[in-house]
Amino acid sequence: MMMKQPDTALLHAFADGQLDAPEHTDVAKWLATHPEAAAEVAGWKAQSAAMHDAYDATLDEAVPARLLAATRNGAPASAGSRWSMAAAIGWLAIGLVGGFMAGRNTDSTPTAQLPLPLARQAAIAHAVYAPEVRHPVEVGADQRDHLLGWLSKRLGHPIVAPALEALGYQLVGGRLLSGESGPGALLMYEDASGERLTLFVSADTDDSATAFRFAEHDKVNVFYWVDAGYGYALSGTLPRERLLAVATAVYRALNP
Amino acid sequence: MIDTEALVAELPRLRRYGRALLGDVARADDLVQDTIERALRKTAHWQGGNLRAWLLTLMHNVFVNQVRRNDALRGASGADTVELAMRDASGDGLGLRDLDRAMQALSADHREILLLVGLENLRYEEIAGVLDVPIGTVMSRLSRARTQLKVQLDGSPARPALTRVK
Repeated sequence: MMMKQPDTALLHAFADGQLDAPEHTDVAKWLATHPEAAAEVAGWKAQSAAMHDAYDATLDEAVPARLLAATRNGAPASAGSRWSMAAAIGWLAIGLVGGFMAGRNTDSTPTAQLPLPLARQAAIAHAVYAPEVRHPVEVGADQRDHLLGWLSKRLGHPIVAPALEALGYQLVGGRLLSGESGPGALLMYEDASGERLTLFVSADTDDSATAFRFAEHDKVNVFYWVDAGYGYALSGTLPRERLLAVATAVYRALNP
Repeated sequence: MIDTEALVAELPRLRRYGRALLGDVARADDLVQDTIERALRKTAHWQGGNLRAWLLTLMHNVFVNQVRRNDALRGASGADTVELAMRDASGDGLGLRDLDRAMQALSADHREILLLVGLENLRYEEIAGVLDVPIGTVMSRLSRARTQLKVQLDGSPARPALTRVK
């Protein structure tokens, strides 16, 4: 028995294999005598096949560690879970930064196994990025909200860019870095003369002190402190006293 | 409770869906992570059934709430730009680029329905649940989306992927 013309919904269901066997057979028979409709149905099936062609490669990719960790360790969106995951992949970052340090150290002691102090990481980041002319930051201050939202999301911790205009420094922008125990955020500021400061933020797993500390690495001065499990480090080549004034302003802005 | 390994097993498909929906790997992984976190928060509400459809429902809700609201910022981050550039340079072949470009030119509603049907093979009733729309809307939207995708592919100067795929 020849069926009446199927409605469009039935044809879509046929194309998608969502009909039971008798209905499927009926529609197939009807299509056999209606080439125009058959071509349209074939086109729909081809669209679906093309989607598999285009996107199935993702199925074979390694799932990023952060997603595996969020799934296996994920207490709901707590910073702690994100950080336990970050610690797991942190060894990679340590290896990378450690290798960089080993190259700079004259004694070339293998440093890959040693957690790097916050201040040294910050100083390295400053030394690497502050001289950059064309690409000092990944996201500029013109995208301020997006920048801070992005870094906050990646760090699992709200990232704030303190306003330092009163001290003559404007936000240039920021970038995401590999910190000692996971992602770190680097915010860059610049004054009218082009003098640059960087504020490095990352989880600090070892250090529980909250006092300001000072360090100097390769002519980069750093004030750093730890607050609620996060390390902050302000780096620059300006004199210690002036850097301290800015660091104090940063600390106050972050702890209103 | 949901077995976390069952969730882990769904990650590749969620990534594929997010990648196709957003056209960008980094943003897709953010969407997947938010979806997983929501799933873990709501694990007590899980009543069995099709885990994939439930996860896609959560993902749709996260997508609607967050990503669309931020669409103005699309592609603004440096990371996103790098992903796109790398993808274009990786010699994926014309099929991916044509199809992906055509998909990204569609409305989000149309993209979603095409992916849920064509890529995820969900039944129409399940899709109505995922999108929280009547089944009649699923059918009419699917029909319009397929027409739109055809227009996009036929309109592209390079040979459409359709002819290659058969």
